[in-house]
Amino acid sequence: MKEFLEGSHAIAEVIKSCQPGVVSAYPITPQTHIVEDLAQMVSNGELKSQFVNVESEHSAASVVLGGSAAGVRVYTATSSQGLFYMQEVLFNIAGMRLPVVMTCANRAVSAPINIWNDQQDSISLRDSGWFQLYAENNQEAVDFHLIAYRLGEDKRVMLPVMVCMDGFILTHGMETVDIPEQEKVNKFLPAYKPLYKLDPENPISLGLLADPDYYMETRFVIQETMREAIGYLSGISKEFSDVFGRDYKDMLVEEYRLKDADKVIVAMGSVCGTIKEVVDEQRAKGKKVGLLRIISYRPFPYARIYEALKNIPKVAVLDKAVSLGAYAPVAADVKSLFFGKKKSPKVISSFVGGLGGRDITTETIHEVFRRLNAKEANFDFVDLKPELLKEEYGE
Amino acid sequence: MENSPLFKSGHTACAGCGQAIAARLVIEAAGANTIVANNTGCLEVFSTKYPETAWGVPWIHSLFENSAAVASGIEAALKYLGKKDAVNVIAQGGDGSSADIGLQALSGMLERGHDILYVCYDNEAYMNTGVQRSGLTPFDTNTTTSPIGSLSSGNVRPKKPMPEICAAHGIPYVATASAGFPQDLIRKVKKAIAIKGPKYIQVHVPCPLGWRHESNKMLSVAKAAVETGLYPLFEYEYGALAARRQITPKPVEEYLKLQGRFKHLLNNPEETKKVQDIADNNIKKYNLKLETQAPGA
Ligand SMILES: Cc1ncc(C[n+]2csc(CCOP(=O)(O)OP(=O)(O)O)c2C)c(N)n1
Ligand SMILES: [Mg+2]
Repeated sequence: MKEFLEGSHAIAEVIKSCQPGVVSAYPITPQTHIVEDLAQMVSNGELKSQFVNVESEHSAASVVLGGSAAGVRVYTATSSQGLFYMQEVLFNIAGMRLPVVMTCANRAVSAPINIWNDQQDSISLRDSGWFQLYAENNQEAVDFHLIAYRLGEDKRVMLPVMVCMDGFILTHGMETVDIPEQEKVNKFLPAYKPLYKLDPENPISLGLLADPDYYMETRFVIQETMREAIGYLSGISKEFSDVFGRDYKDMLVEEYRLKDADKVIVAMGSVCGTIKEVVDEQRAKGKKVGLLRIISYRPFPYARIYEALKNIPKVAVLDKAVSLGAYAPVAADVKSLFFGKKKSPKVISSFVGGLGGRDITTETIHEVFRRLNAKEANFDFVDLKPELLKEEYGE
Repeated sequence: MENSPLFKSGHTACAGCGQAIAARLVIEAAGANTIVANNTGCLEVFSTKYPETAWGVPWIHSLFENSAAVASGIEAALKYLGKKDAVNVIAQGGDGSSADIGLQALSGMLERGHDILYVCYDNEAYMNTGVQRSGLTPFDTNTTTSPIGSLSSGNVRPKKPMPEICAAHGIPYVATASAGFPQDLIRKVKKAIAIKGPKYIQVHVPCPLGWRHESNKMLSVAKAAVETGLYPLFEYEYGALAARRQITPKPVEEYLKLQGRFKHLLNNPEETKKVQDIADNNIKKYNLKLETQAPGA
């Protein structure tokens, strides 16, 4: 059913249709509206979940860990400091192979404290064993939650999934969204049947101490599962489009006007809407530009991106996060995949933008295309204000 | 002792470990229809080294400080499945995980009213990492991070009043217990399990390695702590003191002299007096002294 509504409300609606048994969260801007809506739904009896109001994000993540281990579908949502506060629990959830689903309302991290959007929070957790899917708009954000449960709960997978949506831009943005009907959700997403669970009928121990004789293999099998899941995603996406009529292809990347392009921007999330606008405008003027949008950041679809970019002469990666002291995170991944390959872009430049909510405008995108030239950029930022960078200390 | 189906022998606890004995008594008293969430610490390490486990009940270890929150999630899931009435949930951990790093999660669990029994195994230091002080380490204890020296006679503060902190949440049941009084511990666990809502039991469990006493002295050390008034056994119901085990108090030296961690106090009457004051204060506060019959009455 098509509705014009706030992104957070749309997420709450789709989570309601997934019928999690346990929901637990702790408030942090810009995630709050999602969990407030869910609390209201539980309060009205529309959603038959146990809503556990915890005293911290560490406990929110621990509660959904416990709920999932006890065999029910679970949900949580957070942002920024909250995500970081969850960190050790998130690694733990993945290590225990629990198919928890969470929304990350992407937000900058302190210091200085800043509640606005960038993607530093989730990107910093890229090594945790969680899938990370980045939505461009609210329809995708909604749909990706359904795909997230299907993917995570797949018996071949059994891993947690994070749906990343840009804070404020999407969470607080009003858009028309097709809210999936319950019947269709039931068809696409069957009730959760755990592979194993905490149950007195069949007592098992979870979370054992693994010494050097056993630990490595636990990591290796998650790595293998992640790699295999690159293939499972297209199957799940096909089933999704059969039921809902929206086709996300392989769910790994979106190629936007890449054919014959000589300059391409690689990016993730809502900024891709702005990039598409500029690409269309440039194409209308005969300029050969395009966009490669990454949807699945973890697992990182190396082969798919290689195929998409191998014949593109100049590539700019636009990161909304930094790895201080090193190449920007997505740029580093893209650069590394071409090492030693037969075909490769001549230039892969890296630009960091939109940190702490600085608006990425169509002019920013024009600027990225302009600066994408023969000279490779490696530590460039866009939209910096030189007047704020003047040295003010000294004698 | 015969092998328990709920906490099997063959684990790797040290000889004379009070925590291993107490943990077994707790799970046997709670019964097979119990799910346990365990913090990181000695108990977790010695009972579940992959590929083996001592546990005959469903058991989960996640992290050092979150068993109260993990148990909250388990309890919520059982409620959702309509199975809560049939299954007990226990969260447990050492003194460090309960009173320090996990206090927030524990307080949250108590405040939210989950139907969970929390058991704190109090061996009075971070034993798993090599005997560092915790918030439940007693006054003047020699540990690796409160070492005695020319300027120090050990841990500078008395034990954090965890039972009172928990009782202040207004929960139905709080108790202290001791590995030296097994029947009392079993009774308290059974009583707690039968009560709906959040419960907290803190069990004093000697650690031969960390306290530096002979491993065959575990029971007598535990008993001496209670009999000197240094580890009073009591019960709170809904925030009010409801019962206590009365004693004929022995001087604290009877307890201190058994353990290497207090050796530096033995020829130090000034410091020993401070420890005696703590015991006397407990005796007064909890009214521990057995009334002797007045002569001729
Ligand atoms: C977040 C975190 N900090 C520190 C540790 C290291 N650590 C593991 S067990 C432990 C000591 C446990 O002490 P306690 O809770 O008293 O249990 P005990 O081993 O004494 O039974 C510590 C400090 C950890 N695992 N996780
Ligand atoms: Mg301890």
